[in-house]
Order: sequence, then C-alpha cells, then structure tokens
Amino acid sequence: MSIVEINNLTVKYPDVKALDNVSFVVNEGDFLGIIGPNGAGKSTLFDCMLGLNSKYEGTIKFFGEDIRGSKNYLKGIGYVPQKPIFEKNFPATVNDVVRMGLRNESDNEKIDEILQQLWIHELSNRRIGELSGGQLQRVFIAKALVNNPKVLILDEPVTGIDQQSIELFYSILRELNSKQKITIIWSSHDLDAVNKLANHVACLNRTLFFHGVSEKFFSDDKLVKQYSEASMQEHMHHH
Amino acid sequence: MSFEILTFSFMHRALISGIAIAILCSVVGLFLVLRRYSLFGDAIAHSSFGGIALGLLAGVYPLWTAYGVSIVSALIITRIKDKYNISGDASIAVLLSSGIAVGLVIIGFSGGFTIDIFSFLFGSILLVSVDDTILILSLTGIILIVILLLYRPLLYSTFNEEQAKVSGIPVEKINYLIVFIAGITVVTSVQLVGVLLISALFVIPNVTAIMYGKGFKQTAIISISFSVFSVVAGILVSYIFDITPAGTIVLLSIGLLGGTMGIKSAGLLSKN
Repeated sequence: MSIVEINNLTVKYPDVKALDNVSFVVNEGDFLGIIGPNGAGKSTLFDCMLGLNSKYEGTIKFFGEDIRGSKNYLKGIGYVPQKPIFEKNFPATVNDVVRMGLRNESDNEKIDEILQQLWIHELSNRRIGELSGGQLQRVFIAKALVNNPKVLILDEPVTGIDQQSIELFYSILRELNSKQKITIIWSSHDLDAVNKLANHVACLNRTLFFHGVSEKFFSDDKLVKQYSEASMQEHMHHH
Repeated sequence: MSFEILTFSFMHRALISGIAIAILCSVVGLFLVLRRYSLFGDAIAHSSFGGIALGLLAGVYPLWTAYGVSIVSALIITRIKDKYNISGDASIAVLLSSGIAVGLVIIGFSGGFTIDIFSFLFGSILLVSVDDTILILSLTGIILIVILLLYRPLLYSTFNEEQAKVSGIPVEKINYLIVFIAGITVVTSVQLVGVLLISALFVIPNVTAIMYGKGFKQTAIISISFSVFSVVAGILVSYIFDITPAGTIVLLSIGLLGGTMGIKSAGLLSKN
C-alpha cells in the first residue's frame, strides 16, 4: 500500500523554482532517506507534505487521499522538526511536552512505554530547557510517536548533536521501522548514515535526481559521484 | 489593627472580585508571556481607554463600550499583523497609541477629565458593586472553563506554532481566541488596578512563577498563588494605610519578583 504519492510537485518562489516537477511514491514499511544539499528543497517538500505550504502545483496524496481535501491525514503522521524551537525558559517538563502531542485521552502506560523505549524515562520530570540536544531530540520523537503514527517524518534531525546521541538515534529509528513497521521519511545530509539505514533513497536538488532502492544508488559509483558533484556545485553556489 | 475591615460588605466585594481577577490574569497572562506578548495586555488596556471615554461621552456604562472597543481593536490589529507581516511589538505599539489617542480626542469633546476617567485609569476596586462582582465572577468562570477545555491546543500552540499546526491544531483560530480572551480579561480587570497598571497583573506573577515552576500546571498554580497574595494583601494594606490599592498590589508583586531574583542569585533556587 502506498503511504505517500507525490505527483509533479512544483513550488515557485518569485525568482526561483524551489521544487520542479518532483514525483515519487513511498510505500508502507519503506525507510526513505531524502538527501540533498542546502537549498535543495527538502524543507519546502516537507512543508508541502505537512500542510504548512499549500502554494504548490501538482498533487500530494497521503494514504490514498489528496491532502488538499482534508487535514485528517495528519493524524497518521508523526513529525520531528530539524531543531525544535521553543522559549528556553518555557515551563514545561518532558512529560508535558510529550503529552502535547496526544490527540485523545491520556494513556499513561503508553507514554511510559515510549519514554522507556527512547531512553528518556528518567527525564520525564525535568524541565525541557535543561536537556541536551540529543535528549531533546528523543523527547520530540516520543511526542511524535504518542498517537501511533503510520509514518514518521524527520527533518535533518541530527544537526548539532553529539556522536553518541546520533548512534542511539539511528538505532531507535531502525527499531521503529523494522519492529514497529513505521514508515520513515527522513531528510539528511549524511550519505553514510542514509546508506546504512534507509532502504530507499531520494536525491533532491530542486528536481528529483534519483529515487529508488538505496543499494542501487550506493552501488553505482557513477551515480553517487554525479550526485556529489551536483551537490558540491550547489553548495559553492550558495556560498 | 482590628479585623473590622473584613466585616464591611464593600471589602467582601473587593476581595472576592480581586481574587477572581488575580486568578484570571495569572492564567491568561501565562499564555501571553510565553507567546512573547507580555505587553499585549497593556495595549488592550490602552485601547479600552478609548472605549471608556466613548461610553462616558455617549452616556453608556463605560465598561460595555470598553469591552466592545478593546476586543474589536485587538482582533483587528492581530489580523493586520498577520496580513501585513508587522512584528508583534510594533503592532502592540500601534494598538496602544491609537487607543489613548481616540480616548484623548473623545475626552476633549466631552469637556475634559472627570473623576470617572481617573477611576478607570488607576482602578477603583473598593467601589465595585454587587453587579460588577457578579459579572467579574461569571466572566472568570467562563474563561477558565474555556481554557481548561482547550488546554492542550492552547499549550501546544504556545509552545510551538508550527508543530501544533502539523499536529492538526487550528493555530490561527486559537491565536484569535487568545486575543479575544485577553480582551475580555483586561477590561474585566480594569476595575482592580486600572488601565495603566493592568499589564503588571499579567506579567509579574508569571515571570516570578516561571523561576520556580518545573511544569506548566505547577507554574500556573504558583503564579496564581503569588497574584492572589499580592491582590489580597494589597487591598488590605492600602485600606489600612489609606493609599492606592492598585499601586500597592503592583508593588507587592514586584517585591515577590525581587525576592525571587534574590533567592535565585543566591543559588537557593534549583529546578532539579
């Protein structure tokens, strides 16, 4: 069953196309790594998928339904932002933040289970502003998981986090995908990590450079080289 | 000092209304402070000044016109802010100055400042009537129930708008609701501390409580406690020493904030 179907997605800004005719499908159980340099349109793509940007051409379907019709599809999605922005002094505990994501009546056992799974159980009464980057990231994954989402969307979620936390984070993602069968759509700069974790890859650089099984991409040196060169050019262009 | 003052019915009304307003301003103010909207209460209060002047000129009970003018102007300025992408502090400045300007022009037409205007500017809690008390209690009850019912979307959209949107929360509607609630709260509270000091009730107890509380509910309860203490003590002390209640209430709040800062600086306040 397809979870996401994107057809001819184009987003135009006044002087540039942020996305140009992007089409791909994500099936149930996929672990899709979306790679691309800065300014490749990854965040624009996510904004469109999450209903934050509706000024696009083309269609986006979640669970078979066009997302322009209803916001109901969001119930099936857990979203982890790149860098969670909040008031540093915000008086909320880890428990408060995780519960914010709840749609229905609180389910204490479920929340405890998720906190334990993400190694943040002991932090549940700590103030959110006192956590390290890695801990904070796991809190936001917990918040994204409380409603049993079918798909988890993560936007470059390892920016500014220490290596040990990144490894823990990767093992958590792997487990969520393989054991809990949660479809994962994950944007990342880190080609090696995508190679290790994802079973599908989408290379985005405003247009879709490649989309398919990750082995096919990573075993094709020419393809990886082409992608790296294109990314590098884009990177130089940005600087 | 005797406890005689507690036997006066005007004092009962003042204390009951004061406690209700203290609770209401703390709760609504916590959302405003965390949204970086600390001065929004002040701006609404200043726009209510225009409404009060209008009521006095038209011979209508000034609080009714104040409710109308404050809520409508707060909603309009929020709309303008969103539509024209004006920053929060600039939109507050616009709202604040236009309210005072309208008020001053209308007062000019009606023959200058009167005792009524002063009581709205500086508060007149000892003069609240039975009807005022009933109105204050009813509005406090209704607003607190609305906040309890919408607690999660209100908290989530205050914490992070974008994530709340992705979670399916109608953030824009919630923002307007907060503005609407703030408008009602400000005008309801004008009788306690007046137009000029209203934002103190919204901001100071919450800034103090945020230094103590770990979670949101705990912080709200601490803020309510500080606010109720300042209001009750302020009303009683001001009566005993024959000074202004509004100023006393606000100075007591500031005292609690200063004390908390002192405790924090001395390293005696830890949230772990």
